[in-house]
Amino acid sequence: MSFNDVFLIVPNPVLAGFIWFIVIVAVMYFARSPAHLAILSFSRVFHNAMRLSARAVMGAESRLNERNREVLLEQGREAVERVIEREFDRVDATVRRDLSEYPALHRKLSEEITVIDDDYKESTEVPPEPPGWVKAVDAVAKIPGKDPMVASILEDIHSSMVKANTQAIEEYRKSSHKRHDHLKNMMPHWRKVKSVLGQVDKNVTSLLSRSQTIDRHMQEYEGIIKKTDRSVRALSSSSLTQFFISLLVLAIAIGGAFINFNLIARPMAEMVGGTSQIMGFAINNIAAMVIILVELAMGLFLMETLRITRLFPVIGALNDKVRLRLVWVFFGILLFLALVEAGLAFMREMLMEDDSKVTAALTGTTEGGYADATNSYLWITTVAQMGMGFVLPFALMFVAIPLETFVHAMRTVFGLIGVGTLRVIAWFLRVLGNIMRFFSNSLVQVYDLVIFAPLWLERTIKNKHPKEDAEIDVSSPI
Amino acid sequence: MGFRKFIIIGFAFLMLSCSAESTGPNNHGVYMLVDTSGTYTKELLQAQKIINFTLSKLNPGDTFAVARVDTGSFSEKDIVYKQFFDDRPSMTNKQKRKFRDEIDKFIKSAKPSAYTDITGGLLQAIEYLNEAGTKKKTVLIFSDLKEELQKGFIRDVPLQLTGFQVIAVNVTKLRSDNIDPREYLDRLEAWELRVQTGEGTWKVINDLSRLEPIFH
Repeated sequence: MSFNDVFLIVPNPVLAGFIWFIVIVAVMYFARSPAHLAILSFSRVFHNAMRLSARAVMGAESRLNERNREVLLEQGREAVERVIEREFDRVDATVRRDLSEYPALHRKLSEEITVIDDDYKESTEVPPEPPGWVKAVDAVAKIPGKDPMVASILEDIHSSMVKANTQAIEEYRKSSHKRHDHLKNMMPHWRKVKSVLGQVDKNVTSLLSRSQTIDRHMQEYEGIIKKTDRSVRALSSSSLTQFFISLLVLAIAIGGAFINFNLIARPMAEMVGGTSQIMGFAINNIAAMVIILVELAMGLFLMETLRITRLFPVIGALNDKVRLRLVWVFFGILLFLALVEAGLAFMREMLMEDDSKVTAALTGTTEGGYADATNSYLWITTVAQMGMGFVLPFALMFVAIPLETFVHAMRTVFGLIGVGTLRVIAWFLRVLGNIMRFFSNSLVQVYDLVIFAPLWLERTIKNKHPKEDAEIDVSSPI
Repeated sequence: MGFRKFIIIGFAFLMLSCSAESTGPNNHGVYMLVDTSGTYTKELLQAQKIINFTLSKLNPGDTFAVARVDTGSFSEKDIVYKQFFDDRPSMTNKQKRKFRDEIDKFIKSAKPSAYTDITGGLLQAIEYLNEAGTKKKTVLIFSDLKEELQKGFIRDVPLQLTGFQVIAVNVTKLRSDNIDPREYLDRLEAWELRVQTGEGTWKVINDLSRLEPIFH
């Protein structure tokens, strides 16, 4: 029985359609109340379900936000602790170095000052004593009369006085020269004292600068401990910046790894063959990739054992003796792999040369053509490739630093993305619930619009018998 | 925990996306039939060029065989030289040099045959490449495609060419083709139909400077 058989209850389709319309309107009119109730209750259920879901999602968002905050603060606390620890280490090293030298410095200063003091004492000017017999001259000069003997004696005394004066002046000059020498000797000691005091000043300034840095970090640390919003914002912003910077550096490292891969993938075919495939990848490519990944792993472990990164707490917790042994083990493996890579890079060049010769021979070009022309420069590319093969594993070792930053920052970024996603979902659920509520109201209106004719009839009849309607309304409200 | 789940699911997805078909050798088998009948021996220098080109394009793990088409070609004795190239590139290069030398010898010493048993050679090629088990199989037919069988030889057998690519190279026009080109076109059409009936793909390359499609 097709739709047409059911629909065409009379041969005329327009008439059949009209009859069906009347029937449907009649059914809808009689089912108006339960239909309205059904629509409204369904919309209420849907709206409530959406609202509850949105609330649950917002609850999850709140928990995730709180968790992100905790993680961020914890990471920030660890990072600041590391920085402060390092600053204290530096202060400790400075204090140890400078204060251990301080007694020697003090002794040196005391010695210099003693020497300067001695020189100073030596350089003090002592005025020459006047001769004692000057008073006798005075007495002789007072003898009365014009005795030639007295004049002769005075002449002798005068000449003796002049002689003594000359000697005294000579002595005085000598002693002045000696004092000047002492003063001259003081100069290098003064300079030395100045230099020592300058060194002391430099050390003290360095310590002061470090203490200011520590103060700044301590303020940051206090903010983190107090879980202030400012600290969270600062850490979040810093984390995002670090995420993008580390991502950029990792992209550069991936470029380096790609070059490294191309250097060794072809010659690896000489060792493992190049025809078989695993999961769509040639086996020599997989082997080359494994070598690069092993190098990366060794680099990570080396950085970890050197305590430059802290990705593996187990390695960090090892005692120093074992840790240092591991440093040498990882470095040895890395060196070995770098040498292997250099060898493979050399082999790559040889293979390419052989290939070009074979191709030249097969395609008609003479072997001594292009190949020979390039032979004189070939060593440059060979050496460059070998150098790259040797250096790149060590360069890739430093990927550990941006990787650590990336891993830590990734947690924050993913957390922020998660929070954002949950907020969008909650908003979407709320909007959907509200749309459904308003849609059901509209649907009720549309329902009434379809059955407007019987409703109009009903209203007209009610208006004609208002009393009965009132009674009906009281007894059975719709 | 979430991150760990993500890694596990990602790995599982990777494993599923890489089907078992992608594991195993990805090699190419080429079997070249060289017509040595009648006046076609004069074209052998062209065949040498195609062989050298093919050698230059083949990779480690591939296989290549050159066989002559003579009176009865369904025989291993008609294989001039065959080689499974080693996995190692350096060894492959040595094998290619040896292959070239052997072909040079053959070109110098080839003698014309009285009949042309292309179907026999094609059957031999199918057998060889199926045994080799290469992923990609190509048969090169260096001939004018005019088959002339000795009396008593039955070659009306269906060809099983599923997964095979059959390429006719240097299909020269005979004197009679010049008189009536329909003969040439009919000959090509007949071979195409035969190959396609055997579920193989058919291609004709007459311009020897454009041999790249062999490896596409």
